[in-house]
Amino acid sequence: MSAIRSIGHSVAQEIQSDKTLKRDMPLVPASSIAGRALVIVIAIMTFLACLTAGGAILVASASQGWRAEVSREVTIQIKPSAGQDINAQVAKAVDVAQKASGVAEAHALSKQESEQLLEPWLGNGLDLAELPIPRLIVVRMQNLKAPDIASLRDALAAQAPGANLDDHRLWLARLDTMADAIVIFALLLFLLMISAMTMAIGFATRGAMAGNREIIEVLHFVGAADSYISRQFQIHFLRLGLKGGLLGGALAALFFAGASALSAWWANTVGGEEIGALFGAFSLGPAGYGAILGVAVAVAVLTGAISGIIVFRHLRRLQ
Amino acid sequence: MGIEVVRDLSFSIQAQSFQFLTGPSGAGKTTLLRLMLLSLKPTRGIIKIFGQDASTLDKDAITGLRRRIGVVFQDFRLLDHLTTYENVALPLRVMGRVEASYRAEVVELLRWVGLGERMNALPAVLSGGEKQRAAIARALIARPELLLADEPTGNVDPGLARRLLRLFIELHKSGTAVVIATHDLALMDQYGEARRLVVGEGRLQIFDGEFP
Repeated sequence: MSAIRSIGHSVAQEIQSDKTLKRDMPLVPASSIAGRALVIVIAIMTFLACLTAGGAILVASASQGWRAEVSREVTIQIKPSAGQDINAQVAKAVDVAQKASGVAEAHALSKQESEQLLEPWLGNGLDLAELPIPRLIVVRMQNLKAPDIASLRDALAAQAPGANLDDHRLWLARLDTMADAIVIFALLLFLLMISAMTMAIGFATRGAMAGNREIIEVLHFVGAADSYISRQFQIHFLRLGLKGGLLGGALAALFFAGASALSAWWANTVGGEEIGALFGAFSLGPAGYGAILGVAVAVAVLTGAISGIIVFRHLRRLQ
Repeated sequence: MGIEVVRDLSFSIQAQSFQFLTGPSGAGKTTLLRLMLLSLKPTRGIIKIFGQDASTLDKDAITGLRRRIGVVFQDFRLLDHLTTYENVALPLRVMGRVEASYRAEVVELLRWVGLGERMNALPAVLSGGEKQRAAIARALIARPELLLADEPTGNVDPGLARRLLRLFIELHKSGTAVVIATHDLALMDQYGEARRLVVGEGRLQIFDGEFP
């Protein structure tokens, strides 16, 4: 053993500077067919998870836009009644509305505007004077967080008793329900995909354990602790998870960037307007892209953590 | 319960001792080595290792004990994706030591066993003898208190076998207890003063000193 013990400084220095020595190989083989397949599975799952998360973000932010838009606008309706001058009632209601606090603008729909509104149902050449059609006054509230609709309602009740105020609460509630349903559905899909991915990672880890049984045995015999071995597998799967997660996340980011560009291009077409109404400008914004990156990194961390737990439990069961 | 490979054996391996474990093929030499390495549990009986009853040890304690034991497997058990250098350095690496702290030591040992030019080679391109020497170097690198070697000279020429035996003897003189399982009589005769444990038909005979 003296030969082993007596290490000369010159030899040591020569070796220290030896750059050709290969010494960085991970203990769990980095490349395998199963590993590549897992990267692809994780990439696809991450891509789909990012799509659902991005879709939910788009719908949630678009619905906030609708809500703000709709809640800033209220309508005063005046029904014609016998013996009442409807034009005078309309003028009075407009006057009351304009003077009410929190109101930015109020105007009665003109005869042409009313005809245009009813045209899809009643056709062209309509003479409103012959029909007992209610007159509408559009009131735009100031851009406040909570428009003061109650005081407008009170003022109308006191000064224009025939006027009926519609704050679109029912319509808003329906919009809210629809948007919330879409977001919840997207979240459920997201959770399902994460669950499926977790199971795929579990299977892949158990497969890797079986495939590397010899390595685990040798590591045990040379004195490796279970925690050390599970850490090696954890690092291995963290790498695979990062590769797959970043690949899937990058594809999802490209998809949203492409969709945003396409929606800008389609913006003036009829179909584009419909899509724009549902999803807004189809633009995720920095927070959305941040969320995609977050999902990709979370997938990698999840991959490492799940495999670490599975490997550690498996090793504990081994004799 | 399966067939008892070995039974009713009582022996002890003293610290800093040297012994050959011999006997015909299939007699249970490898089983005995595996029992000593704690990779097998006896169906009955007691194994005490480094003063501790093996049946009472938990996994962490077994890991701690294995770090005090060097082992050379008959089939080498080198990791195919690691170079010779990385394979030999493995016991030090799993202890959590920084690579730079053991590099010189590993390279020196590799040169000593004649693998200085094969440090970056993968096991797939090593000859049987080279694999054998790499496996021995891996067992020695952490300077174990007990060395268990299963047919360590089975794949090398007589000259190298003598050289490896000298290495084991030197290791023994530096304070390591050595158990070499072999049925190479010529090898055993080169170190006649070694104790011989002869296993056959499930039983063990012990001969101290010169073999009759």
